[in-house]
Amino acid sequence: MRFSFSDEQAMIAETVRSFFAEQATSERTRAAMETAHGHDAELWRSAAQELGLVGLALPEEHGGSGLGQIESAIVAEAAGYQVAALPLLSTALAVRALVAGGTADQRARWLPKLASGELIGSYGEGGRIDGGRLHGRIDHVPHGAVADLFVIAAEGGVALLSRDAAVVTPCTSMDQTRPYARIDADGAAVELLADGRTAIDAATRVGWIALAADALGGAQACLDRTVDYAKERVQFGRAIGSFQAIKHRLADMMVEIEQTRSAVYWAACAADEGAPDALLAAHAAKALAADTYRFCAGNMIQLHGGIGFTWEHDAHLFFKRAQSDATLLGTPEWHRERIAALVGLDEAA
Amino acid sequence: MKLGFSPEEEAFRAEAAAWLQAELSGPFADLRGITSLTAAPDRRRAWERRLGEARWGCIGWPEAYGGRDATLAEQVIFAEEYARAGAPPRLNHIGVELAGPTILAFGSDEQKARLLPPIARGEQLWCQGYSEPNAGSDLANVRTRAWRDGGDWVIEGQKVWTSLAQFSDWIFVVARTEPGSKGPKGLSFLLVPIDQPGVTVRPIRQITGDAEFNETFFDGARTAAANILGEPGQGWQVAMALLGFERGVSTLAQQMGFRNELDAVIRAAKANGAARDPLIRQRIAKAEIGLRLMRYGALRMLSGGTGGAEGNGAAALTYKIQWASWRRSLGELAIDVLGIAGEIGDGAEYGFGELSTLFLYSRADTIYGGTNQIQRNIIAERALGLPREPRGDIG
Ligand SMILES: Cc1cc2nc3c(=O)[nH]c(=O)nc-3n(C[C@H](O)[C@H](O)[C@H](O)COP(=O)(O)OP(=O)(O)OC[C@H]3O[C@@H](n4cnc5c(N)ncnc54)[C@H](O)[C@@H]3O)c2cc1C
Repeated sequence: MRFSFSDEQAMIAETVRSFFAEQATSERTRAAMETAHGHDAELWRSAAQELGLVGLALPEEHGGSGLGQIESAIVAEAAGYQVAALPLLSTALAVRALVAGGTADQRARWLPKLASGELIGSYGEGGRIDGGRLHGRIDHVPHGAVADLFVIAAEGGVALLSRDAAVVTPCTSMDQTRPYARIDADGAAVELLADGRTAIDAATRVGWIALAADALGGAQACLDRTVDYAKERVQFGRAIGSFQAIKHRLADMMVEIEQTRSAVYWAACAADEGAPDALLAAHAAKALAADTYRFCAGNMIQLHGGIGFTWEHDAHLFFKRAQSDATLLGTPEWHRERIAALVGLDEAA
Repeated sequence: MKLGFSPEEEAFRAEAAAWLQAELSGPFADLRGITSLTAAPDRRRAWERRLGEARWGCIGWPEAYGGRDATLAEQVIFAEEYARAGAPPRLNHIGVELAGPTILAFGSDEQKARLLPPIARGEQLWCQGYSEPNAGSDLANVRTRAWRDGGDWVIEGQKVWTSLAQFSDWIFVVARTEPGSKGPKGLSFLLVPIDQPGVTVRPIRQITGDAEFNETFFDGARTAAANILGEPGQGWQVAMALLGFERGVSTLAQQMGFRNELDAVIRAAKANGAARDPLIRQRIAKAEIGLRLMRYGALRMLSGGTGGAEGNGAAALTYKIQWASWRRSLGELAIDVLGIAGEIGDGAEYGFGELSTLFLYSRADTIYGGTNQIQRNIIAERALGLPREPRGDIG
């Protein structure tokens, strides 16, 4: 038992943190936001090809590095710290669904291209599959407008849909760093996965941990930036960070963040080790991290005053991503309700 | 990063569990499930000795002083098994978790050899003489005085809220040894035997009806010159180091016991139907999450890393407020689950069931060992580097 990073994990953390700090700057994120695709294509290329971040947790036979959820969480945390505009989450969902539930042929065909970043993946729930064709509308597909390949969990099966087979419409999304799209599939041809249930379970679990790690990084960034501001900003002849009302809020943010850090790495580690409490851990991480991020981002705006309410300041980037991290793949209340069931509240007294 | 335990560690777990099971279903069966800090003091004193005899009392200490040199994983395992077995709260918690580690850190070889083994053997119980009527959060304001008289220190003054002093053999006292000094300067950390005419202990009744803490008066009390930890005038550093233990993982075993408390809440909720209420379900889930995270937070601290960004140990400063707030919320949840039934005791004496008592007792968790407000000041100043609180008197 050792609940701290190995040397290799610490090195990965170091590398990805400086990578995102240098590359995923506020200017570049904002440029990506302007396109309505919320995608920094150049950043994606270097993340996928130079650093191999997209294929990190993919088995080596499929062009990945064979690492696990801990390393993936390290990457998601670092990306979240910079609110990077990248389809990391959406691609991870498609990749994990394919690894867990795709046929050998589907895995061989798609995974190497997804790992290299050549193709972008995403995941959506909705529609109806009938005779190898997908009907209906699939809402809330993250980074859908830039995705090439979708895993769709529909009534009647879980299937692969390629971008040109359906109409994909970008949505005006509150969080422009991970915008949603809508898919209208009017009888598009799809390929069923071999084991849809397993695919969805695996993908969503990975997604919960990835979102929790993103939220952890974002919350930490909110705290760090607000602490810096509280040390600089002077009112009533003193730094606002000397007012106890402000110190205590910042302290509360740190308390929540440190619990969230334990939660995220517990969930990641339990997933990698196949621990019996892995499912509970993933729900716990997603629920707590979402609450923590919203708490910290809300405080970031409040403690910055008027400047925190401007478009120009980055506070709203965090605030909006926090909201999106909370609602995507299940709200904190939904995850806690799952935990309530897992601890046996419905069993006989 | 690895959370699982090795086969050797699992073997250690089995050994600890078997020993606890044998004792607590055999000679100490009457102590199983006790949660009160003041119940059955004589039997719990005997239990301390039994733990000491079998060298389970202070397993993390060096063997030379009666410990087992246990690894951190083994300490976690023992704490978990101790709680799982329903073993009672340690009557010598303060000796084992606070005095002991501080003596290990600051004591001379002579002091370690003289003072530690009796703690490990469960023979000498300790209590903590920090707070005074005018020195609570502002501990540096202590007025209790001490001076040298021949081969002794003589102590004059009053301590308050001294937990378990009525059962203790020793008290460590933060006293002013430089006349006229103010604040953290001029203090010394003295170790004083309680059973002497100069020391008077008077219990104070608490909101639970019980009296765990006391007023402790020093009226010409004496202790040998050798019973000072650190140098004269170095008392503040020693006192703060001890608080570091108190606010850190010292409470690991206690927190493992929180599992039993949450399980009791879950049982009560299932029994009376509260478990079907969606809001109660949310709160139980929150409590479950918080409980698990105390464990993983402790493991992070014990592992020396932070499992994340900083690596400077600052995360440990968040631990006290985290578990204290968690437990206070659990107390609130417990009484809400019970409803009015939880407000009614079953005997003629003022006193209630375990969960109602938890509701009352847990109000103290966010006060002792540094209040939540003080913890926030500490986090803000030491971890986040924000400006220090101004003082109203000495600047
Ligand atoms: C059950 C229990 C057991 C205890 N056991 C022991 C023991 O064994 N030995 C021992 O020495 N002591 C013990 N204590 C005492 C405990 O450490 C003190 O009660 C605690 O440090 C607070 O001090 P105080 O009671 O004087 O309150 P005060 O310091 O007067 O605080 C009153 C209020 O003011 C707030 N406050 C004070 N200063 C600040 C500040 N700078 N910023 C913001 N808010 C502030 C506090 O948070 C609190 O809400 C125990 C207390 C309890 C409740």
